[in-house]
Amino acid sequence: MAFADVQNWLTSDSPGSRMQARLSRFYRMSGALSRNTLAMVGFFIIVVLILTAIFAPWIATHDPLTQDLTARLLPPSGANWMGTDELGRDIWSRVVFGARITLAIVIIVAVLAAPAGLIIGAVSGYFGGWVDRILMGITDIFLSMPKLILALALVAALGPGIENAIIAIAITSWPGYARIARAETMTFKNSEFIAAVRLQGASALRVILGHVLPLCTSSMIIRVTLDMAGIILTAAGLGFIGLGAQPPLPEWGAMIARGRSFILDQWWVATMPGFAIIIVSLGFCFLGDGLRDVLDPKSGEGH
Amino acid sequence: MSAPLLTVEGLAVTFPTPRGPIDVVRDVSFSLGRERLGIVGESGSGKSMTGRSILKLIRAPGKVTAKRLEFDGIDLLKQSERQMRAIRGARISMVMQDPKFSLNPVMTVKEQIAEALRTHQKLAARDIHARVLSMLDAVRISDPERVARLYPHELSGGMGQRVMIAMMLIPEPDILIADEPTSALDVSVQAQVLDIIDELVRRKGMGLIFISHDLNLVSSYCDRIVVMNSGRIVEECKAGELMNATHPYTRALISAVPRLDETREELPVLDRSAWAGT
Amino acid sequence: MAFEPETMPALSGAIKLPRETGRAGRFAVSLAGFVISVAITFLGLLAITFFIGRVVPIDPVLAVVGDRAPRAVYEAAKLQLGLDKPLYIQFVNYVGSVLQGDFGMSVSTGKPVIDDLKRVFPATLEMATIGIIIGMALGIPMGVYAASHRGTARDQVIRVIGLFGYSVPAFWLGLVGLAVFYARLKWVGGPGRVDIFYDGLVTPVTGLMLVDSLIAGETDIFFNAISHLILPASVLGFFSLAYIARMTRSFMLDQLAQEYVTTARVKGVSERLVIWRHAFRPILVPLITVCGLSYAGLLEGSVMIETIFSWPGIGNYLTVALLNADMSAVLGATLVIGAVFIGINKISDALYRILDPRAR
Repeated sequence: MAFADVQNWLTSDSPGSRMQARLSRFYRMSGALSRNTLAMVGFFIIVVLILTAIFAPWIATHDPLTQDLTARLLPPSGANWMGTDELGRDIWSRVVFGARITLAIVIIVAVLAAPAGLIIGAVSGYFGGWVDRILMGITDIFLSMPKLILALALVAALGPGIENAIIAIAITSWPGYARIARAETMTFKNSEFIAAVRLQGASALRVILGHVLPLCTSSMIIRVTLDMAGIILTAAGLGFIGLGAQPPLPEWGAMIARGRSFILDQWWVATMPGFAIIIVSLGFCFLGDGLRDVLDPKSGEGH
Repeated sequence: MSAPLLTVEGLAVTFPTPRGPIDVVRDVSFSLGRERLGIVGESGSGKSMTGRSILKLIRAPGKVTAKRLEFDGIDLLKQSERQMRAIRGARISMVMQDPKFSLNPVMTVKEQIAEALRTHQKLAARDIHARVLSMLDAVRISDPERVARLYPHELSGGMGQRVMIAMMLIPEPDILIADEPTSALDVSVQAQVLDIIDELVRRKGMGLIFISHDLNLVSSYCDRIVVMNSGRIVEECKAGELMNATHPYTRALISAVPRLDETREELPVLDRSAWAGT
Repeated sequence: MAFEPETMPALSGAIKLPRETGRAGRFAVSLAGFVISVAITFLGLLAITFFIGRVVPIDPVLAVVGDRAPRAVYEAAKLQLGLDKPLYIQFVNYVGSVLQGDFGMSVSTGKPVIDDLKRVFPATLEMATIGIIIGMALGIPMGVYAASHRGTARDQVIRVIGLFGYSVPAFWLGLVGLAVFYARLKWVGGPGRVDIFYDGLVTPVTGLMLVDSLIAGETDIFFNAISHLILPASVLGFFSLAYIARMTRSFMLDQLAQEYVTTARVKGVSERLVIWRHAFRPILVPLITVCGLSYAGLLEGSVMIETIFSWPGIGNYLTVALLNADMSAVLGATLVIGAVFIGINKISDALYRILDPRAR
């Protein structure tokens, strides 16, 4: 009956150690999350995305870059599950390898923008006063601007390419995270446990790193997950215009652009990558919604 | 006393929860004539639910069942939603607890009170205006013209509650249900509002159901008292005979109230485990 | 594309005033505060475009004149940009020229950017306006319906539509729409604002094809313009309605839980009036803000749609300029779109404060 013992340990009312409390909390939240069907669908989609990206060479049926001009624009069939594009490349394989690009974009933007926004927001919220006003003034200016247009202008100046696209998207994303981190920080900035830690002599750095940042984590996770859909769409948009990933990279937005001229008779070239984008974005949205219901009961409106 | 205005028999309200259905009101029966009936109980006793279920205001997923729910010869259980709407406001009305929340914030006082009238009667605009003003006067609001143009957030608590009373009594219903009408008010204003309700109810010969958690208040204000606990009625008696109450819960409630000539060192605490519900 | 703000506008903090300040005095201070906040934001926008235009590129002169410019043009531009001067002076000069309407010359069209922008902006405005009308006309009732039938299958459908508005790429939807509704079904007009043989027949007065064609009395062209406008506007309208429906539903759910809605029911008011007069009316003001934000988002989103539909609007202009590395045009278009975006946001914000009786 080892499993029952573990379960009892995890759900016990009086945890004996911090680790037990943490694991217990994690267990309970995963339980709540798993009961939400849509969230589980989203989770599943993202897992599939990650696995596809990792195992792309095995999941793809052809090499994504090899051209075969004799096999141009073939409809979906047993040999080419999603048909071929105008250079004879297998679309299924390109979509599969495109998952790598999409995942990379999403992860790098999150890694760049979220911590930056988190720190700026936490510092701004914690210190208040002029620091707050200046930082939030800058943040608000960025927030008032159209994100896509800014990203476009940045990429124009930096030059086309997927790295520049990632940087541009990251630069337009951090202000949103900063606002949220600041709002979170302000809710407990004046609470007693923060005062207690400071009375014990903790420096501002220690308070922020050790206490403020961890408390902001859950709302950051929710926001980042929900934003992923927007990031994917922006990256695809940049790719579509031709400023993101450059050919022959199989980025989904760029693929749609290539397929544009054949949309009437060889519809699969442009629509297949679009379906991939939609499914992955929906996955992040479902998961993000589910996470929000679990981690942030204040916003819950039930189903 | 003539035939009762309202007869309630075997009323039950159930809500489904993840842990199974919960009965918030169980087997409640009472009758109401042209008198003042007080329903007393602590939070969660089901008293508010009882009031709302008379007006069939409880929506899914809550379920209301009763053996009998009769008003003035009308079987309320059989009334459709449309027929109930004709009864609500016109024949049975309800005053709610906190005017801060129960008045529509984007409608003026006049608009809200006029709506109560217009929903049930066709009158010329001028007549409606006159009736609204006279009703505001009846609830002792000085300068009714000015108040009529105000928005709810510009009113004090006492004034807001008086507007609420005006709104609910303007269609001249037969029964008024007052759900904790003074609980959100300052003590100084409470007496005034109670007085107004008393005067209007008496004047029109209405039946009043007064729901409250304040046993003292109810015993001095009402003719009859019904004590509820955990969804059930545990005691029913005339106000004057409260001292002779038999149910232990009621006795405990009475003894927990401090008196002016108090001689006890400590006030007794209710042991809820004895009759706790679900 | 989502075309939506991720956060609701933060209402600017109240300024502490002495108690004796009358209502007129308070209003003047709020107005001043509002103007200052708008000015600072515009300045920020200018700073960002300046930064992108001058500081980011390795050779800002090249960015402006293009890499095919002859040496003389290059030297002239270099002098004009004043790159030898310190950065802040350059910025001041830049702000000065922008305020005078000088956005530089476009490398691709050879004309002043400001003229180009004046020509293309109305086309986008027309499309976005029809789009927001569709979004509001469909989105608001959908949201109200979903909230009042919460939990039913119809509610779920509306929620899913809302999610799709978040997850579908606009350019893809436009492309698919064009293929299905124009090429296959022939229900609507194709790319461009009017059929090719009508091109140039209507003298631009406002720049809005629908208006201009009526002014010229050309009803044929008017209906033709509608058939061309309807599909791109509907694509934009889809994203707008997804966002508006979601926000409306959320607001309405809040409202339907309020005590005063119960009060209305106690009065015996009909359910239709309960929903529209008692639950919906209080959210009119935040909804105006939401619609304003959506409108701004549509202007931004038009960038993606216009290429597909060969729509000669500012989005198309921007895209072409991007591909030609025509920085003056890029930044000029960015400035205009950004300024309109900011303007709409700020006005929506201000409207909220003016109209809400509780905020008075």
